[in-house]
Amino acid sequence: MENKFSIKNLDMYYGDFQALKNINMEIKPKEITSLIGPSGCGKSTFLRTLNRMNDLIEGVRVEGEVLLDGEDIYKEIDVTKLRTRIGMVFQKPNPFPMSVYDNVAYGPRAHGIKKKSELDEIVERSLKRAAIWDEVKDRIKRNALSLSGGQQQRICIARALAVEPEVLLMDEPTSALDPISTLKVEDLAEELKKEITIIIVTHNMQQAARISDKTAFFLNGELIEFDETDFIFSTPRDKRTEDYITGRFG
Amino acid sequence: MENNMKLDKKNELKEKLAHYLFLFNATVAIISVAAIAFFVFYRGLQPFIPGNAEGNYSLIDFLSGLEWRPSIGKFGILYMIVGSLLATFGAIILGVPVGILTAVFIAELAPKWAKTIIKPAVEMLAGIPSVLYGLFGLGVIVPWIMQISPQAQGQSLLAVIFVLMIMILPTVITITESAINSVPDAYREGSYGLGATKLYTIFKVVLPAARSGILAGVVLGIGRAIGETMAVMLVAGNPIAGLPNSIFSPIRPLTTNIAMEMSYAFGLHQEMLFATGVVLFVFIILINLILSRVTRGSVLK
Repeated sequence: MENKFSIKNLDMYYGDFQALKNINMEIKPKEITSLIGPSGCGKSTFLRTLNRMNDLIEGVRVEGEVLLDGEDIYKEIDVTKLRTRIGMVFQKPNPFPMSVYDNVAYGPRAHGIKKKSELDEIVERSLKRAAIWDEVKDRIKRNALSLSGGQQQRICIARALAVEPEVLLMDEPTSALDPISTLKVEDLAEELKKEITIIIVTHNMQQAARISDKTAFFLNGELIEFDETDFIFSTPRDKRTEDYITGRFG
Repeated sequence: MENNMKLDKKNELKEKLAHYLFLFNATVAIISVAAIAFFVFYRGLQPFIPGNAEGNYSLIDFLSGLEWRPSIGKFGILYMIVGSLLATFGAIILGVPVGILTAVFIAELAPKWAKTIIKPAVEMLAGIPSVLYGLFGLGVIVPWIMQISPQAQGQSLLAVIFVLMIMILPTVITITESAINSVPDAYREGSYGLGATKLYTIFKVVLPAARSGILAGVVLGIGRAIGETMAVMLVAGNPIAGLPNSIFSPIRPLTTNIAMEMSYAFGLHQEMLFATGVVLFVFIILINLILSRVTRGSVLK
């Protein structure tokens, strides 16, 4: 199977600080890849290089290659196009202060879709894919901020799905949620991987073990180990990985 | 143990004293507002109460009159109210878009070096005494209008609008900018993450989220414009009668009516100037009511 992402010799700097050191990684399509590691290890930073979210920060420099279906995302793909192909869900649910409908329709509208019937269809389909349609279908015009945190996060997932991304980046998507909402999001991720590639940063090792096909362990900006999730959690090759997953640090 | 008790007592006393000190200072502002309101209303309402020592005047004639001739006992201010409102409206129509776009530029788009020029310039603009705005208007704007005006005079509604437009800019810019800065970055990231461009993000997420703050800036701008006196007096023309019928007509705003004549007015004339102040005061109260409405329902609305 072709790689969805090929990351080659990726270095990233915040000013003088090197946040990522020579990352090499290949991510297969329609899999869930977990990125784990202690705080400040570079996993979120790495995630944000994949849709160029780091471009927004001043003084960021990226070296090496990130290929999406063989195309260099820093050289060959327009950044707005890139971000429609790669959706993102953030740590804290961040619905816009507008109605559920307008939230989900935001992306399609930003890309020029104006026809109401078309938008209606996209909104309904996206909310269904995000498994929240039944909960909000009667209050789709209500402000999204009036929903619970777990519902807000699934609205954000629906919002990301509305532009039909090929990849979904999730940056600790459940760290602000209660256990039941967390399970819902996890189920959803497993359902979505039938169609799209998912890369998820998580602090929760059970979560990584539960839902991901592959797991990558980061430490101090380096990719220490990357393998099948089962291997990582049963027979890690690196001592540092073992120490981390057995809870000896981090 | 006993020492501790003493210490506690001492601290308690200090706290109490501080509390009253703060309370006293806070009352200064409240008392001032109350005193000014009472004074203006007390003096300004006299002519409309039957049996007033200086003589009476009909409230309806006052509010609907189109002529102000103290020498023959005519005190109509409708044409001034209209002038004030038109000038304010014009200044808002021109100044608000400029102010908002400037604030967007400073907060979202400007490179650092540009910010270090624009921000102090805006602050400077806020600090310029209003009489200097008036001189600028008189020396630059009025002669320019005279060239394009069908009338013989450059002092006009249009001149007032231009001067007020510049004067409200700092208010609109600073308040809009701080409203934009208080929009959480999470909204911007959410928008960029969906592939929206910077401009789309600004107009569809950032500005709507900052809406109540921006409206507050606009309302404060209105307050500033309607209450401005000195600068306006120099460029308005201040006719003694007549509704403005074009932007080139001279106007006589409520504020300048008071400022120009108070120094020599006495008797009923003086009281009618206070009455003009009452009308102005009512406008300011309305603006403040709107402002508290606007700023109340911010985040969740």
